[in-house]
Amino acid sequence: MAKTGELNFFNKHSKGIFNFFAYMILIIVTIPIIIAYLWLIMRSFSTDMNGFIPVGLTLANWSFLWKSNSNIGLPNIWIITLNTLLLAIGVAAINLFLASISGFAFSRFNFKGNKSLLLLLLLLHAFPTIALMVSIFYILNAIHLLNTLWGVILLTSSMDLPWDIWIIKGFYDSIPAELEWAGVVDGYSRIAVWWKVLIPNIKHGLFVIGIFEFLAGWSQFIFVTTFIFNNSYWTLSQYVYTALGDYRFANYGLLTAISVWYIIPVALLFAVAGKYLTQMSLGGVKG
Amino acid sequence: MKKKLPWILISPTLAMITIFFIAAVIITIPLAFTNMGLSFKWTFNGIQNFESFMRDPLIPTVIINTFIFVALTLTLFNFGMALLLSLLTTSINDKWGNFFRTIWMLPRITPSVVFGLLWLWIFDPGSDGLLNILLRFIGIGQQDIFHHAPMVLIVLANGYVGASMGMMIFSSAIKSIPIEYYRAASVDGAGWFYTTRRITLPLIKWHLLFITTYETLSLFTSYEYIYIITNGGPVNMTNVWALYTYQTAFSNFSFGYAAALSLVLVAVGIVTGFIYLKGINIQTNTKNIEL
Repeated sequence: MAKTGELNFFNKHSKGIFNFFAYMILIIVTIPIIIAYLWLIMRSFSTDMNGFIPVGLTLANWSFLWKSNSNIGLPNIWIITLNTLLLAIGVAAINLFLASISGFAFSRFNFKGNKSLLLLLLLLHAFPTIALMVSIFYILNAIHLLNTLWGVILLTSSMDLPWDIWIIKGFYDSIPAELEWAGVVDGYSRIAVWWKVLIPNIKHGLFVIGIFEFLAGWSQFIFVTTFIFNNSYWTLSQYVYTALGDYRFANYGLLTAISVWYIIPVALLFAVAGKYLTQMSLGGVKG
Repeated sequence: MKKKLPWILISPTLAMITIFFIAAVIITIPLAFTNMGLSFKWTFNGIQNFESFMRDPLIPTVIINTFIFVALTLTLFNFGMALLLSLLTTSINDKWGNFFRTIWMLPRITPSVVFGLLWLWIFDPGSDGLLNILLRFIGIGQQDIFHHAPMVLIVLANGYVGASMGMMIFSSAIKSIPIEYYRAASVDGAGWFYTTRRITLPLIKWHLLFITTYETLSLFTSYEYIYIITNGGPVNMTNVWALYTYQTAFSNFSFGYAAALSLVLVAVGIVTGFIYLKGINIQTNTKNIEL
């Protein structure tokens, strides 16, 4: 519109003024997140806080790792951590295996009901779990999986399976069919070609699903708190929740230390792949 | 053999989906017409559970709370904050835009119990909490929002998790708008507000609509953070429909009545499903444009 020489002060600096306000707003709304996580880490290593300033560096809050906490009603942390690891690895392994074989079937075979089953999976993915909790309790009881870690593993896997299959199917779809036919012409079976040609080509997708399902199992709370009663089958989510019930507003040292212990895998993922998160998880986790 | 292979490949998936999804949906319906408790006996009692809706003194409170919770969280965060974040982070330097979006992903991948702890600390009624530290700093006395206005806490906690979904969808939609549109507008001398109102918003209209509908239904069925932070309290001030359903089932063990409450949520689930299908179409269409 105007020639550069004719711009007034506001026009000349409008980009700068806009940037100033944009950054101000972004910082104001984002800073609570940053402060809260910094507090979590600092508080776990200090005896007390004076405002935001940690007072007295200590490892006493972390004593739950080497001392028994049964006197305050908490089971052995190592058993609980092992349970959590089992749940996370179990969910990741089951979903990687099932999504890779089902995705293969949906992508490469034109069987009857292929399209309608895929649509059904998508419908199920959007279904809220709360609507099914009562029936799931009944079903778990009927098949004797109530109060077992296996019940929670299978349940968590099932809930995420529809979405995982869709993601993996997308990865299969992007591999040219010629690649597969070359293998079949050479005399390999479909399964051999799947293993030798297709799987290496979808390893990125499998990696993403693996990480997300590991975290889904690791963070699972509602199923653990609802369907497990025996505290030797607890996972870290229930452990933190119980401590939170007893020590909220009181013993922040213990609460922050067990929370930091619990989020180590999450923090690792965030440090390594944080900037890819916004691309990887598009729609993958429910909000 | 050729015909059987795909079925063999999907059979374990079908088994799991059938047991935990399809059977669960089917069982909920007859269950809503029984007074089943922990004994798991099928004693049918007609429409008694639905008549109880009318007599249950908590239902009106729960409905009002649900409405307030959904309306506030949606407008302020899952839609409002999401739109603000996506508009601002796509307007500034790309590296910093990505930085802010990445930080906002943190609540989403943090286990719910740990995120609950963070909000309980922020609103600690004593002197240790973030809010009271700040209020003391600017010379205002200690506030006890946790007991007096717990809904604030619930909206913020759910909002800080929920905003990132809309933020991601909107940001990727905005990024797929051809840069030429903005260049042309800037040659014509249009400022940020003008281009946002006349170019960005109209072009992501369907995404805005999708997120609004999807998040409304998603908030209506969410209860995990409320369960952790206040469990509906104090005195049911933050109890919502989904949480009330959960408590009826697993605190009172009235499975029949809880199933009746769930049927409302099942209906919501079916609607969400269809909206989701539409949303997926939009997503794939956007990708095609991008390519």
